[in-house]
Amino acid sequence: MKHYPENPETPFKSRTAETSAAVSSEARSSDVLSLSDVTYRYGKRQADVLKGVSFAAKPGDFIAVLGPNGVGKSTMFKCLLGFFKTYGGDIRLGGKDIRTLSHKEIAKQIAYIPQSTYPTFNYEVLDVVLMGMTAQLSALSSPKKEHTRRAEEALKSLGIGHLAHAGFGEISGGERQLVLIARALVQDAKILIMDEPTANLDYGNQFRVMCRVEALAHEGYVVVLSTHNPEHAFLYADRVLILNGGEVTADGAPDAVLDEDMMRQVYGIDVSIKEFSDEEGTHRVCVPKRGGGF
Amino acid sequence: MPQTTPHLIRSNRKAPNYKLRFIILTALAAACFLLSISAGRYGITPYEVIRTLFSGIIPFDQMTYVDWSAVFNVRLPRICAAFLVGAALATAGAAYQGMFQNPLVSPDILGASAGAGFGAALAIFTHQPPVLVTVFAFTGAIIAVFAAYTVSRLAKGNATLSLVLGGVLVGGLFAAGTSYIKLVADTANQLPEITYWLMGGLAGIQTSDVIFALIGIAIGIIPLIILRWQLNVLTLGDDEARSLGVNTRRLRLITIICATLITAVAVSVSGIIGWIGLVIPHFCRMIFGYDYRRLIPAAIIFGGAFLILVDDVARTAASTEIPIGILTAFIGAPIFAWLLISGGKRS
Repeated sequence: MKHYPENPETPFKSRTAETSAAVSSEARSSDVLSLSDVTYRYGKRQADVLKGVSFAAKPGDFIAVLGPNGVGKSTMFKCLLGFFKTYGGDIRLGGKDIRTLSHKEIAKQIAYIPQSTYPTFNYEVLDVVLMGMTAQLSALSSPKKEHTRRAEEALKSLGIGHLAHAGFGEISGGERQLVLIARALVQDAKILIMDEPTANLDYGNQFRVMCRVEALAHEGYVVVLSTHNPEHAFLYADRVLILNGGEVTADGAPDAVLDEDMMRQVYGIDVSIKEFSDEEGTHRVCVPKRGGGF
Repeated sequence: MPQTTPHLIRSNRKAPNYKLRFIILTALAAACFLLSISAGRYGITPYEVIRTLFSGIIPFDQMTYVDWSAVFNVRLPRICAAFLVGAALATAGAAYQGMFQNPLVSPDILGASAGAGFGAALAIFTHQPPVLVTVFAFTGAIIAVFAAYTVSRLAKGNATLSLVLGGVLVGGLFAAGTSYIKLVADTANQLPEITYWLMGGLAGIQTSDVIFALIGIAIGIIPLIILRWQLNVLTLGDDEARSLGVNTRRLRLITIICATLITAVAVSVSGIIGWIGLVIPHFCRMIFGYDYRRLIPAAIIFGGAFLILVDDVARTAASTEIPIGILTAFIGAPIFAWLLISGGKRS
């Protein structure tokens, strides 16, 4: 496997679409999720939103997907969640073509954590978490005591057990995001797809949510999340996927992929990326230059 | 890693005692049912009601034929019908609100009632037998809901607003159709029948009507009771519901057919009775929360009991019977205004 290093600490350069496309054709048994040459367009006469996206993920991967607005990040997620079935190319989940799987079968393997939005109906937090277990129930049944107990445990494990009976619409955005993570945990799926989970969150909550997500990746979950914050990628991800113009233009360790050139290429602005050290180790920070790029 | 979010800690709110609330609601509904039998122009005391009801099982003193007739031929069918219709409209409202993710939709706002009304008027106009009046009403309701939904999907802009507007549009169209039928209908027989039917009322309900309503509503309501957990998930929207493993297309189809069936059956038995489907689910959410596991049973009991009470007023308040559809509007509109203004639990 060439497109990402076995050891995430090793800097590794791999920038071109050709490299990642070539690599994905050799499927590995440890890959739980793989996309090869996935294309998608919304209408017959419309241009392709995805133009041959390929990558694969194995347990423990924490993949941050970066790219400007409108490059197809959400479209890619919708394809690999099985919402869109008319894509070209191949998406495999645990070795099986995702088009052949029912929503229920997909839900047992992939949990989706959307951006936290204000809910239409103000369910109790506990009920929201219980909904994560729907795929484990038959269509005709409701959750039992044992499910409730598991939902309560999941909330406690995220430090929000006290919110079990609060209204989902009455808690803060950060808490709502944690509740959605708890819902994904009880879903018992090993792949977590998160569409900008820290959008709309305040500075502290962004950090709290990302810490929890990082811990889950260490436990063996596959995490694929989109973000607009390169520092989140530096801090937490062990792999960065740059999606630009419907293609994967880079795939590798954050320190290797995310540099000043790449930021200019992707976002069209000049940034300074600097390293500094503190008692926790060496970090990289990304600061936009006031003068450049506008 | 921070274990808590200090500035956000809230008191550990306990789960309300929903079981107790259900027991109280059921007891009130049962009391409402029994007391309603004794209410009316022909006076029977509640004790006589119980004596008459259980006379077959427990050997009470011989009751008079008039007692027996008042209870079994007139009041009991009517009260049962009121319960069934109220339960059906409230449940349909709750189901529509969930599936359209919109707490402001109801059978009347979606045009289902107007569609059913048009269907029934058309059936009466073309001299169809009573069974076909129901079939026409059902077909009209289904077409109306489907049309309102399609219009809202094709319209650009806010989904909630376009759904309500789609319902208004389709409802207006069907109402115009009904007016036209009234215009050309035979004024001696058909017009009074259509007019009375459209105002909604439970006078002259026969036991056979009750049995028909019971079967029709049961067919529609039982799937909704069984699928009530899935309905919760459906309120999250298509993408989230599918990501949680729900076959949204199938569930939506079942829900819309069931909710429209029970609306159509209710409307075909009682005529158009508005507001129940909008107001009762709101009340139930205030008392029993948003979870459809509780909301559906609560809507059945609450909606049924509410319509029994309104029907009591309809048949006892004035010397001539007041059409029940007029009463529910008089009661429902101010209550809804109060709900909107006071906010209650935001929904």
